[in-house]
Amino acid sequence: MTAEPLIIAENLTIHSGTTPLVKPISFTLGRERVALVGESGSGKSLTARSLMGLLAPGLHLQARQLQVAGRDALALNEKRWGQLRGSELAMVMQDPKYALNPTRTIGWQVEEPLKLHHRLSRAERREKVAEMLAAVGLPQPTQLMTRYPHQLSGGMGQRVMLAIALIADPQFLIADEPTSALDHAMRDQVLALIRRLVEERNMGLLLISHDLQQISEHCERVMVMYKGQLLDSLPAAELPRATHPYTRTLWACRPSKATHGQPLPVLDRVALEKELEHD
Amino acid sequence: MIELQNLSVAHRQGYDLRTVVHDVSLTVNAGECFGLVGPSGCGKSSLLWVMAGLNPHWAGTMQLAGHQAQPGKAFTGDLRRDVQMVFQDPYASLHPRHRLRRTLAEPLKLLKQDNINDRISAGLRHVGLDPALADRYPHQLSGGQRQRVAIVRALLLQPRVLLLDEPTSALDMSVQAEILNLLNQLKQQDGLTMVLVSHDPDVIDHMCDRAVQMAEGRIVGTRHAA
Repeated sequence: MTAEPLIIAENLTIHSGTTPLVKPISFTLGRERVALVGESGSGKSLTARSLMGLLAPGLHLQARQLQVAGRDALALNEKRWGQLRGSELAMVMQDPKYALNPTRTIGWQVEEPLKLHHRLSRAERREKVAEMLAAVGLPQPTQLMTRYPHQLSGGMGQRVMLAIALIADPQFLIADEPTSALDHAMRDQVLALIRRLVEERNMGLLLISHDLQQISEHCERVMVMYKGQLLDSLPAAELPRATHPYTRTLWACRPSKATHGQPLPVLDRVALEKELEHD
Repeated sequence: MIELQNLSVAHRQGYDLRTVVHDVSLTVNAGECFGLVGPSGCGKSSLLWVMAGLNPHWAGTMQLAGHQAQPGKAFTGDLRRDVQMVFQDPYASLHPRHRLRRTLAEPLKLLKQDNINDRISAGLRHVGLDPALADRYPHQLSGGQRQRVAIVRALLLQPRVLLLDEPTSALDMSVQAEILNLLNQLKQQDGLTMVLVSHDPDVIDHMCDRAVQMAEGRIVGTRHAA
Protein backbone atom coordinates (compact mmCIF):
# COMPACT_ATOMS: atom_id res chain seq x y z
CA MET A 1 0.00 0.00 0.00
CA THR A 2 1.44 3.36 -0.99
CA ALA A 3 1.13 6.30 1.36
CA GLU A 4 -0.24 8.53 -1.40
CA PRO A 5 -4.04 8.62 -1.09
CA LEU A 6 -6.06 8.26 -4.30
CA ILE A 7 -9.08 10.19 -3.08
CA ILE A 8 -9.11 13.05 -0.60
CA ALA A 9 -12.42 14.63 0.39
CA GLU A 10 -12.59 17.41 2.90
CA ASN A 11 -15.89 18.86 4.14
CA LEU A 12 -17.83 17.42 1.21
CA THR A 13 -21.49 18.38 1.12
CA ILE A 14 -24.27 17.65 -1.36
CA HIS A 15 -27.42 19.76 -1.51
CA SER A 16 -30.64 19.43 -3.44
CA GLY A 17 -31.80 23.05 -3.59
CA THR A 18 -31.47 24.08 0.05
CA THR A 19 -31.98 20.59 1.51
CA PRO A 20 -28.71 19.06 2.67
CA LEU A 21 -28.44 15.41 1.57
CA VAL A 22 -24.85 14.86 2.64
CA LYS A 23 -23.61 16.98 5.54
CA PRO A 24 -19.91 17.92 5.73
CA ILE A 25 -17.92 14.70 5.63
CA SER A 26 -14.18 14.18 5.23
CA PHE A 27 -12.25 11.06 4.32
CA THR A 28 -9.22 9.82 2.40
CA LEU A 29 -9.01 6.59 0.44
CA GLY A 30 -5.83 4.86 -0.67
CA ARG A 31 -5.00 1.52 -2.23
CA GLU A 32 -7.08 -0.31 0.33
CA ARG A 33 -10.51 -1.94 0.59
CA VAL A 34 -12.92 0.41 2.33
CA ALA A 35 -16.61 -0.18 2.90
CA LEU A 36 -19.27 2.53 3.11
CA VAL A 37 -22.33 1.28 4.94
CA GLY A 38 -25.66 2.73 5.94
CA GLU A 39 -29.37 2.34 5.30
CA SER A 40 -31.17 3.50 2.14
CA GLY A 41 -31.25 7.26 2.05
CA SER A 42 -28.17 7.71 4.20
CA GLY A 43 -26.29 9.36 1.31
CA LYS A 44 -23.77 6.60 0.69
CA SER A 45 -24.56 6.22 -3.02
CA LEU A 46 -24.58 9.99 -3.51
CA THR A 47 -21.16 10.25 -1.91
CA ALA A 48 -19.82 7.53 -4.19
CA ARG A 49 -21.35 9.08 -7.29
CA SER A 50 -19.88 12.47 -6.44
CA LEU A 51 -16.42 10.87 -6.54
CA MET A 52 -17.15 9.85 -10.14
CA GLY A 53 -18.60 13.25 -11.08
CA LEU A 54 -21.94 11.56 -11.72
CA LEU A 55 -24.33 13.56 -9.57
CA ALA A 56 -27.74 14.11 -11.11
CA PRO A 57 -28.41 17.63 -12.38
CA GLY A 58 -30.01 19.67 -9.62
CA LEU A 59 -27.70 18.32 -6.94
CA HIS A 60 -24.91 20.62 -5.82
CA LEU A 61 -21.56 19.51 -4.56
CA GLN A 62 -19.40 21.68 -2.34
CA ALA A 63 -16.14 20.82 -0.65
CA ARG A 64 -13.11 22.52 0.82
CA GLN A 65 -11.04 20.01 -1.10
CA LEU A 66 -11.86 17.08 -3.38
CA GLN A 67 -8.95 15.31 -5.02
CA VAL A 68 -9.48 12.31 -7.24
CA ALA A 69 -6.43 10.44 -8.59
CA GLY A 70 -4.22 13.44 -8.03
CA ARG A 71 -6.53 15.90 -9.76
CA ASP A 72 -8.70 18.66 -8.34
CA ALA A 73 -12.18 17.24 -8.98
CA LEU A 74 -13.88 20.55 -8.23
CA ALA A 75 -12.25 22.15 -11.26
CA LEU A 76 -12.76 19.33 -13.76
CA ASN A 77 -14.97 19.98 -16.77
CA GLU A 78 -17.09 17.26 -18.37
CA LYS A 79 -14.40 16.37 -20.92
CA ARG A 80 -11.73 15.92 -18.24
CA TRP A 81 -14.12 13.80 -16.18
CA GLY A 82 -14.65 11.67 -19.25
CA GLN A 83 -10.92 11.03 -19.47
CA LEU A 84 -10.73 10.18 -15.79
CA ARG A 85 -13.71 7.82 -15.64
CA GLY A 86 -12.85 4.38 -16.85
CA SER A 87 -9.10 4.97 -17.00
CA GLU A 88 -8.40 6.06 -13.40
CA LEU A 89 -11.70 5.39 -11.64
CA ALA A 90 -14.40 2.90 -12.45
CA MET A 91 -17.75 1.97 -11.02
CA VAL A 92 -19.84 -1.18 -10.78
CA MET A 93 -23.55 -0.52 -10.38
CA GLN A 94 -26.15 -2.39 -8.41
CA ASP A 95 -28.24 -4.12 -11.02
CA PRO A 96 -26.82 -5.42 -14.33
CA LYS A 97 -30.38 -5.58 -15.73
CA TYR A 98 -30.53 -1.79 -15.80
CA ALA A 99 -26.89 -0.76 -16.01
CA LEU A 100 -25.94 -2.65 -19.18
CA ASN A 101 -27.04 -1.37 -22.57
CA PRO A 102 -29.73 -3.81 -23.80
CA THR A 103 -29.13 -3.02 -27.49
CA ARG A 104 -25.37 -3.69 -27.64
CA THR A 105 -23.47 -6.96 -27.45
CA ILE A 106 -21.37 -7.85 -24.42
CA GLY A 107 -18.22 -7.65 -26.55
CA TRP A 108 -19.03 -4.12 -27.69
CA GLN A 109 -19.72 -2.92 -24.17
CA VAL A 110 -16.58 -4.41 -22.65
CA GLU A 111 -14.49 -3.04 -25.52
CA GLU A 112 -15.79 0.53 -25.27
CA PRO A 113 -13.45 1.73 -22.45
CA LEU A 114 -10.46 0.48 -24.46
CA LYS A 115 -11.56 2.47 -27.51
CA LEU A 116 -11.93 5.57 -25.37
CA HIS A 117 -8.78 5.35 -23.27
CA HIS A 118 -6.20 3.25 -25.11
CA ARG A 119 -4.69 3.22 -28.59
CA LEU A 120 -4.90 -0.42 -29.60
CA SER A 121 -5.67 -2.17 -32.85
CA ARG A 122 -8.98 -3.92 -33.24
CA ALA A 123 -7.42 -7.36 -32.92
CA GLU A 124 -5.54 -6.34 -29.77
CA ARG A 125 -8.71 -4.97 -28.26
CA ARG A 126 -10.65 -8.13 -28.99
CA GLU A 127 -7.89 -10.20 -27.44
CA LYS A 128 -7.91 -8.05 -24.30
CA VAL A 129 -11.71 -8.29 -24.04
CA ALA A 130 -11.52 -12.08 -24.22
CA GLU A 131 -8.77 -12.13 -21.56
CA MET A 132 -10.79 -9.84 -19.29
CA LEU A 133 -13.96 -11.92 -19.63
CA ALA A 134 -11.97 -15.02 -18.74
CA ALA A 135 -10.41 -13.19 -15.76
CA VAL A 136 -13.85 -12.45 -14.28
CA GLY A 137 -14.66 -16.15 -14.49
CA LEU A 138 -16.94 -16.24 -17.53
CA PRO A 139 -16.74 -19.40 -19.63
CA GLN A 140 -16.29 -19.34 -23.42
CA PRO A 141 -15.45 -15.62 -23.73
CA THR A 142 -15.42 -15.50 -27.55
CA GLN A 143 -19.00 -16.80 -27.81
CA LEU A 144 -20.09 -14.56 -24.96
CA MET A 145 -18.89 -11.45 -26.78
CA THR A 146 -21.68 -11.85 -29.35
CA ARG A 147 -24.41 -12.23 -26.71
CA TYR A 148 -26.79 -9.53 -25.45
CA PRO A 149 -27.37 -8.65 -21.77
CA HIS A 150 -30.85 -10.26 -21.63
CA GLN A 151 -29.26 -13.63 -22.45
CA LEU A 152 -27.21 -13.57 -19.23
CA SER A 153 -28.13 -14.42 -15.65
CA GLY A 154 -27.72 -11.84 -12.88
CA GLY A 155 -24.40 -13.23 -11.69
CA MET A 156 -22.98 -13.30 -15.24
CA GLY A 157 -24.24 -9.75 -15.84
CA GLN A 158 -22.47 -8.56 -12.72
CA ARG A 159 -19.24 -10.21 -13.90
CA VAL A 160 -19.59 -8.45 -17.25
CA MET A 161 -19.98 -5.12 -15.45
CA LEU A 162 -16.83 -5.86 -13.50
CA ALA A 163 -15.01 -6.65 -16.76
CA ILE A 164 -16.14 -3.29 -18.21
CA ALA A 165 -14.96 -1.49 -15.08
CA LEU A 166 -11.53 -3.11 -14.95
CA ILE A 167 -10.55 -3.44 -18.61
CA ALA A 168 -8.85 -0.03 -18.88
CA ASP A 169 -6.79 -0.73 -15.72
CA PRO A 170 -8.19 1.91 -13.38
CA GLN A 171 -6.55 2.56 -10.00
CA PHE A 172 -9.74 2.82 -8.02
CA LEU A 173 -12.99 0.87 -8.16
CA ILE A 174 -16.28 1.98 -6.67
CA ALA A 175 -18.80 -0.82 -6.27
CA ASP A 176 -22.31 0.35 -5.39
CA GLU A 177 -24.08 -2.63 -3.77
CA PRO A 178 -22.70 -4.98 -6.42
CA THR A 179 -24.34 -8.04 -4.92
CA SER A 180 -27.75 -6.93 -3.68
CA ALA A 181 -29.52 -7.95 -6.91
CA LEU A 182 -28.01 -11.46 -6.71
CA ASP A 183 -29.11 -14.48 -4.76
CA HIS A 184 -27.32 -15.68 -1.70
CA ALA A 185 -24.95 -18.22 -3.23
CA MET A 186 -23.83 -15.79 -5.96
CA ARG A 187 -23.11 -12.98 -3.51
CA ASP A 188 -20.03 -14.48 -1.92
CA GLN A 189 -18.66 -15.62 -5.28
CA VAL A 190 -18.93 -12.19 -6.89
CA LEU A 191 -17.54 -10.41 -3.86
CA ALA A 192 -14.61 -12.79 -3.56
CA LEU A 193 -13.93 -12.17 -7.25
CA ILE A 194 -13.96 -8.38 -6.82
CA ARG A 195 -11.63 -8.70 -3.87
CA ARG A 196 -9.20 -10.98 -5.70
CA LEU A 197 -9.02 -8.76 -8.80
CA VAL A 198 -8.60 -5.60 -6.72
CA GLU A 199 -5.78 -7.20 -4.74
CA GLU A 200 -4.03 -8.58 -7.82
CA ARG A 201 -4.07 -5.20 -9.52
CA ASN A 202 -3.15 -3.28 -6.37
CA MET A 203 -6.21 -1.06 -6.67
CA GLY A 204 -8.27 0.86 -4.17
CA LEU A 205 -11.86 -0.26 -3.55
CA LEU A 206 -14.84 1.56 -2.13
CA LEU A 207 -17.58 -0.99 -1.51
CA ILE A 208 -21.07 0.24 -0.72
CA SER A 209 -23.17 -2.27 1.12
CA HIS A 210 -25.56 -2.78 3.98
CA ASP A 211 -24.39 -6.27 4.80
CA LEU A 212 -21.86 -5.94 7.60
CA GLN A 213 -20.94 -9.62 7.77
CA GLN A 214 -19.95 -9.53 4.13
CA ILE A 215 -17.85 -6.43 4.74
CA SER A 216 -16.05 -7.86 7.73
CA GLU A 217 -14.86 -10.70 5.51
CA HIS A 218 -13.75 -8.68 2.52
CA CYS A 219 -12.79 -5.16 3.60
CA GLU A 220 -10.11 -3.56 5.75
CA ARG A 221 -11.86 -0.39 6.89
CA VAL A 222 -15.51 0.59 7.39
CA MET A 223 -17.18 4.00 7.30
CA VAL A 224 -20.75 4.18 8.61
CA MET A 225 -23.22 6.79 7.35
CA TYR A 226 -26.60 7.77 8.74
CA LYS A 227 -28.80 10.58 7.34
CA GLY A 228 -25.93 12.17 5.43
CA GLN A 229 -23.42 12.12 8.25
CA LEU A 230 -20.36 9.99 8.83
CA LEU A 231 -21.19 8.43 12.20
CA ASP A 232 -18.44 5.96 12.74
CA SER A 233 -15.21 4.78 11.16
CA LEU A 234 -13.36 1.67 12.27
CA PRO A 235 -11.21 -1.23 11.06
CA ALA A 236 -13.42 -4.01 9.66
CA ALA A 237 -11.90 -6.52 12.06
CA GLU A 238 -13.27 -4.44 14.96
CA LEU A 239 -16.90 -4.70 13.76
CA PRO A 240 -17.93 -7.38 16.29
CA ARG A 241 -16.64 -5.07 19.04
CA ALA A 242 -18.05 -1.81 17.63
CA THR A 243 -18.78 0.78 20.30
CA HIS A 244 -21.15 3.07 18.41
CA PRO A 245 -24.75 1.93 19.07
CA TYR A 246 -25.79 2.35 15.43
CA THR A 247 -22.92 0.24 14.13
CA ARG A 248 -23.58 -2.32 16.85
CA THR A 249 -27.25 -2.71 15.88
CA LEU A 250 -26.39 -2.98 12.17
CA TRP A 251 -23.95 -5.73 13.09
CA ALA A 252 -26.35 -7.63 15.34
CA CYS A 253 -29.60 -7.37 13.34
CA ARG A 254 -28.73 -10.16 10.92
CA PRO A 255 -30.99 -13.19 11.37
CA SER A 256 -29.53 -16.68 11.71
CA LYS A 257 -30.28 -20.10 13.10
CA ALA A 258 -29.01 -18.94 16.50
CA THR A 259 -31.60 -16.15 16.68
CA HIS A 260 -34.57 -18.44 15.92
CA GLY A 261 -37.52 -17.60 18.15
CA GLN A 262 -35.92 -14.45 19.53
CA PRO A 263 -36.65 -10.89 18.51
CA LEU A 264 -33.85 -9.29 16.50
CA PRO A 265 -32.27 -6.07 17.78
CA VAL A 266 -33.66 -3.04 15.94
CA LEU A 267 -32.55 0.57 15.73
CA ASP A 268 -33.69 3.01 18.35
CA ARG A 269 -34.21 5.77 15.80
CA VAL A 270 -35.58 8.27 18.30
CA ALA A 271 -32.46 8.05 20.49
CA LEU A 272 -30.27 8.25 17.39
CA GLU A 273 -31.96 11.44 16.17
CA LYS A 274 -31.53 13.03 19.59
CA GLU A 275 -27.85 12.22 19.62
CA LEU A 276 -27.40 13.72 16.14
CA GLU A 277 -29.08 16.94 17.23
CA HIS A 278 -26.58 17.31 20.06
CA ASP A 279 -23.61 17.04 17.73
CA MET B 1 -53.56 -26.42 7.26
CA ILE B 2 -51.88 -26.88 3.88
CA GLU B 3 -51.52 -30.21 2.15
CA LEU B 4 -49.95 -30.64 -1.26
CA GLN B 5 -49.70 -33.98 -3.00
CA ASN B 6 -47.75 -34.63 -6.20
CA LEU B 7 -48.16 -31.05 -7.20
CA SER B 8 -46.60 -29.90 -10.47
CA VAL B 9 -46.66 -26.36 -11.75
CA ALA B 10 -46.36 -25.15 -15.33
CA HIS B 11 -45.99 -21.77 -16.98
CA ARG B 12 -47.37 -20.80 -20.36
CA GLN B 13 -44.68 -20.23 -22.92
CA GLY B 14 -46.25 -19.29 -26.21
CA TYR B 15 -48.64 -22.15 -27.03
CA ASP B 16 -46.79 -24.60 -24.78
CA LEU B 17 -46.76 -25.28 -21.09
CA ARG B 18 -43.37 -25.65 -19.46
CA THR B 19 -43.36 -27.56 -16.19
CA VAL B 20 -41.16 -25.84 -13.61
CA VAL B 21 -42.16 -27.67 -10.40
CA HIS B 22 -42.33 -31.48 -10.36
CA ASP B 23 -44.25 -33.75 -7.94
CA VAL B 24 -43.96 -31.72 -4.78
CA SER B 25 -45.69 -33.11 -1.68
CA LEU B 26 -45.67 -31.30 1.63
CA THR B 27 -47.81 -30.53 4.67
CA VAL B 28 -47.86 -27.38 6.75
CA ASN B 29 -49.42 -27.54 10.21
CA ALA B 30 -51.64 -24.83 11.66
CA GLY B 31 -49.75 -22.02 13.41
CA GLU B 32 -46.48 -23.02 11.82
CA CYS B 33 -43.98 -20.99 9.83
CA PHE B 34 -42.88 -23.14 6.90
CA GLY B 35 -39.97 -22.18 4.69
CA LEU B 36 -39.12 -22.74 1.02
CA VAL B 37 -35.48 -22.00 0.27
CA GLY B 38 -33.37 -22.34 -2.85
CA PRO B 39 -31.48 -20.43 -5.55
CA SER B 40 -33.16 -18.21 -8.18
CA GLY B 41 -35.18 -20.21 -10.67
CA CYS B 42 -35.62 -23.29 -8.46
CA GLY B 43 -39.42 -23.01 -8.56
CA LYS B 44 -40.05 -21.85 -4.99
CA SER B 45 -41.93 -18.72 -6.04
CA SER B 46 -43.87 -20.62 -8.72
CA LEU B 47 -45.07 -23.01 -6.02
CA LEU B 48 -46.11 -20.13 -3.79
CA TRP B 49 -47.98 -18.41 -6.62
CA VAL B 50 -50.03 -21.56 -7.12
CA MET B 51 -50.86 -21.68 -3.40
CA ALA B 52 -51.96 -18.04 -3.70
CA GLY B 53 -54.28 -18.96 -6.60
CA LEU B 54 -52.38 -16.75 -9.04
CA ASN B 55 -51.41 -19.47 -11.51
CA PRO B 56 -54.11 -21.96 -12.61
CA HIS B 57 -51.70 -24.23 -14.52
CA TRP B 58 -51.05 -26.90 -11.95
CA ALA B 59 -51.83 -30.58 -11.42
CA GLY B 60 -52.08 -32.79 -8.35
CA THR B 61 -54.07 -32.20 -5.18
CA MET B 62 -53.97 -29.11 -3.02
CA GLN B 63 -55.86 -28.56 0.21
CA LEU B 64 -55.69 -25.07 1.71
CA ALA B 65 -57.25 -24.08 5.05
CA GLY B 66 -59.84 -26.85 4.73
CA HIS B 67 -60.77 -26.13 1.12
CA GLN B 68 -60.02 -28.42 -1.80
CA ALA B 69 -58.61 -26.28 -4.64
CA GLN B 70 -59.26 -27.27 -8.25
CA PRO B 71 -56.66 -26.86 -11.00
CA GLY B 72 -57.58 -24.29 -13.65
CA LYS B 73 -60.13 -22.57 -11.40
CA ALA B 74 -59.74 -19.20 -9.72
CA PHE B 75 -59.94 -19.02 -5.94
CA THR B 76 -63.35 -17.73 -4.82
CA GLY B 77 -65.31 -17.12 -1.64
CA ASP B 78 -63.83 -18.25 1.66
CA LEU B 79 -60.78 -19.82 0.03
CA ARG B 80 -59.83 -16.49 -1.57
CA ARG B 81 -60.23 -14.80 1.79
CA ASP B 82 -58.38 -17.38 3.83
CA VAL B 83 -55.21 -17.34 1.75
CA GLN B 84 -53.46 -14.00 1.37
CA MET B 85 -50.06 -13.06 0.05
CA VAL B 86 -47.35 -10.45 0.64
CA PHE B 87 -45.14 -9.80 -2.37
CA GLN B 88 -41.43 -9.23 -2.71
CA ASP B 89 -41.28 -5.68 -3.91
CA PRO B 90 -43.14 -3.20 -1.73
CA TYR B 91 -42.60 -0.57 -4.44
CA ALA B 92 -44.55 -2.54 -7.03
CA SER B 93 -47.26 -4.13 -4.90
CA LEU B 94 -49.19 -0.97 -3.98
CA HIS B 95 -51.09 1.07 -6.57
CA PRO B 96 -48.94 4.18 -7.14
CA ARG B 97 -51.85 6.55 -7.94
CA HIS B 98 -54.21 5.44 -5.17
CA ARG B 99 -54.02 6.62 -1.60
CA LEU B 100 -53.38 3.77 0.80
CA ARG B 101 -56.91 4.03 2.19
CA ARG B 102 -58.35 3.26 -1.25
CA THR B 103 -56.00 0.31 -1.79
CA LEU B 104 -56.76 -1.08 1.65
CA ALA B 105 -60.52 -0.49 1.43
CA GLU B 106 -61.03 -2.20 -1.93
CA PRO B 107 -61.31 -5.85 -0.75
CA LEU B 108 -63.33 -4.78 2.31
CA LYS B 109 -65.87 -2.96 0.12
CA LEU B 110 -66.12 -6.00 -2.09
CA LEU B 111 -66.92 -8.14 0.95
CA LYS B 112 -69.48 -5.53 2.08
CA GLN B 113 -67.83 -5.09 5.47
CA ASP B 114 -68.87 -2.33 7.84
CA ASN B 115 -66.68 0.25 9.63
CA ILE B 116 -64.07 0.08 6.90
CA ASN B 117 -62.16 3.14 8.14
CA ASP B 118 -62.00 1.79 11.69
CA ARG B 119 -60.70 -1.53 10.42
CA ILE B 120 -58.00 0.21 8.39
CA SER B 121 -56.92 2.33 11.37
CA ALA B 122 -56.82 -0.70 13.64
CA GLY B 123 -54.88 -2.67 11.03
CA LEU B 124 -52.25 0.05 10.63
CA ARG B 125 -51.88 0.34 14.41
CA HIS B 126 -51.51 -3.45 14.60
CA VAL B 127 -48.28 -3.32 12.55
CA GLY B 128 -46.94 -0.25 14.34
CA LEU B 129 -47.92 2.44 11.82
CA ASP B 130 -49.67 5.75 12.42
CA PRO B 131 -53.30 5.50 11.12
CA ALA B 132 -52.84 8.97 9.57
CA LEU B 133 -50.60 7.32 6.95
CA ALA B 134 -53.75 5.95 5.27
CA ASP B 135 -54.19 9.26 3.47
CA ARG B 136 -50.76 9.15 1.86
CA TYR B 137 -49.62 7.80 -1.48
CA PRO B 138 -47.17 4.84 -1.57
CA HIS B 139 -44.27 6.99 -2.82
CA GLN B 140 -44.48 9.07 0.35
CA LEU B 141 -43.52 6.06 2.47
CA SER B 142 -40.19 4.35 3.07
CA GLY B 143 -39.60 0.78 1.87
CA GLY B 144 -40.14 -0.68 5.34
CA GLN B 145 -43.38 1.26 5.82
CA ARG B 146 -44.65 0.09 2.43
CA GLN B 147 -43.96 -3.53 3.30
CA ARG B 148 -45.88 -3.03 6.56
CA VAL B 149 -48.81 -1.64 4.55
CA ALA B 150 -48.65 -4.68 2.24
CA ILE B 151 -48.87 -6.87 5.35
CA VAL B 152 -51.87 -4.87 6.62
CA ARG B 153 -53.58 -5.32 3.25
CA ALA B 154 -53.25 -9.08 3.57
CA LEU B 155 -54.24 -9.19 7.25
CA LEU B 156 -57.35 -7.02 6.91
CA LEU B 157 -59.14 -9.98 5.36
CA GLN B 158 -58.34 -12.06 8.46
CA PRO B 159 -56.69 -14.84 6.48
CA ARG B 160 -55.72 -18.16 8.03
CA VAL B 161 -52.74 -18.64 5.75
CA LEU B 162 -50.26 -15.89 4.96
CA LEU B 163 -47.93 -16.46 2.01
CA LEU B 164 -44.73 -14.41 1.97
CA ASP B 165 -42.68 -14.17 -1.23
CA GLU B 166 -39.23 -12.81 -0.28
CA PRO B 167 -40.85 -10.20 1.96
CA THR B 168 -37.55 -8.60 3.03
CA SER B 169 -35.14 -9.05 0.14
CA ALA B 170 -35.76 -5.54 -1.18
CA LEU B 171 -35.13 -4.00 2.24
CA ASP B 172 -32.07 -2.94 4.24
CA MET B 173 -30.71 -5.37 6.80
CA SER B 174 -31.85 -3.14 9.67
CA VAL B 175 -35.38 -2.76 8.25
CA GLN B 176 -35.47 -6.48 7.51
CA ALA B 177 -34.98 -7.10 11.24
CA GLU B 178 -38.00 -4.90 12.02
CA ILE B 179 -40.25 -6.69 9.51
CA LEU B 180 -39.15 -10.17 10.66
CA ASN B 181 -39.86 -9.19 14.27
CA LEU B 182 -43.30 -7.95 13.22
CA LEU B 183 -44.09 -11.21 11.39
CA ASN B 184 -43.03 -13.29 14.40
CA GLN B 185 -45.17 -11.14 16.67
CA LEU B 186 -48.21 -11.51 14.35
CA LYS B 187 -47.68 -15.25 14.20
CA GLN B 188 -47.80 -15.48 17.99
CA GLN B 189 -50.70 -13.04 18.48
CA ASP B 190 -52.99 -14.21 15.69
CA GLY B 191 -51.91 -17.84 15.37
CA LEU B 192 -51.26 -17.35 11.65
CA THR B 193 -49.95 -20.12 9.45
CA MET B 194 -47.17 -18.74 7.28
CA VAL B 195 -45.29 -19.98 4.24
CA LEU B 196 -42.09 -18.04 3.69
CA VAL B 197 -40.07 -18.10 0.47
CA SER B 198 -36.53 -16.81 0.57
CA HIS B 199 -33.17 -17.31 -1.11
CA ASP B 200 -31.44 -16.35 2.14
CA PRO B 201 -30.96 -19.44 4.34
CA ASP B 202 -30.32 -17.20 7.36
CA VAL B 203 -33.78 -15.65 7.11
CA ILE B 204 -35.34 -19.10 6.81
CA ASP B 205 -33.39 -20.44 9.78
CA HIS B 206 -34.40 -17.46 11.88
CA MET B 207 -38.10 -17.56 11.01
CA CYS B 208 -39.18 -21.09 10.21
CA ASP B 209 -40.07 -24.08 12.35
CA ARG B 210 -39.59 -26.38 9.36
CA ALA B 211 -38.29 -25.72 5.87
CA VAL B 212 -37.54 -27.53 2.63
CA GLN B 213 -34.68 -26.91 0.26
CA MET B 214 -35.65 -26.76 -3.42
CA ALA B 215 -33.54 -27.12 -6.56
CA GLU B 216 -34.61 -27.40 -10.20
CA GLY B 217 -38.28 -27.72 -9.36
CA ARG B 218 -37.96 -30.48 -6.76
CA ILE B 219 -37.63 -30.75 -3.02
CA VAL B 220 -34.08 -31.89 -2.34
CA GLY B 221 -33.83 -31.71 1.44
CA THR B 222 -35.30 -30.49 4.70
CA ARG B 223 -34.03 -28.02 7.28
CA HIS B 224 -35.04 -28.03 10.90
CA ALA B 225 -35.00 -25.30 13.49
CA ALA B 226 -32.28 -25.67 16.11
